[in-house]
Amino acid sequence: MVDRIVSLDLAAREICADCLVPDASPIFDGHFPGYPILPGVLMIETMAQTGGWLVLATLRFSHMPFLAQVKEAKMRNFVGPGEALRAEAELLHDGSGYAVVKGRIMAQGKRVADAEMVYRVVAFPNEMLRAQMFATARRIGVPENLLHAD
Amino acid sequence: MSATFDTVAGIISETCDIPLENITPDSHAINDLGIDSLDFLDVAFATDKAFGIKMPLEQWTQEVNEGKATTDQYFVLKGLCASIDQLVAAKGA
Repeated sequence: MVDRIVSLDLAAREICADCLVPDASPIFDGHFPGYPILPGVLMIETMAQTGGWLVLATLRFSHMPFLAQVKEAKMRNFVGPGEALRAEAELLHDGSGYAVVKGRIMAQGKRVADAEMVYRVVAFPNEMLRAQMFATARRIGVPENLLHAD
Repeated sequence: MSATFDTVAGIISETCDIPLENITPDSHAINDLGIDSLDFLDVAFATDKAFGIKMPLEQWTQEVNEGKATTDQYFVLKGLCASIDQLVAAKGA
């Protein structure tokens, strides 16, 4: 869901990412016929992925965050095909084995969704996933210096 | 009962919807109170915030899995509160 990392500030514990909703998708065929809008669960997924990149970078990719809980998710406005979204997330707490992130999505300067998310943070279950996360991180622009421990 | 216990019991009661009177220093968070791992994340977050600490859950889990500690040590509330007091003391040292 995340196309490009716009900024990633570990000192401020914040991340900002661009996410472009596709013009066409089979999802829009049924959601809804004649009135295509992005499903709320995909807004949550967008916030979860954005926050996940923040947690990964904070941990220098030593562990993998898995979404465990979504609290007080609010879908405040409709999002249609082709809309340019700006996803933002703030790390509220870096716990032992878990992390808490506040996420939001902006469209045309207005907040369209927000939620608080809890992740279980565990060792990578296998090397394939770890390698794929590194490859995706490089593709979307996670700074190289955040991919490894200092 | 200690102020630490009162705070932790209040957190558990609020986050897990358990009546305060059911929570005692001898309660086992999992076996007696039925707190599952997901709810325990909420308890951990609220506890970390309340005391300004970072409970080493990963280390505790590893110790239990390796047989170096029992779940009672960390999940019976009087043991949990003692661990929290140690973390708070270490933070101030």
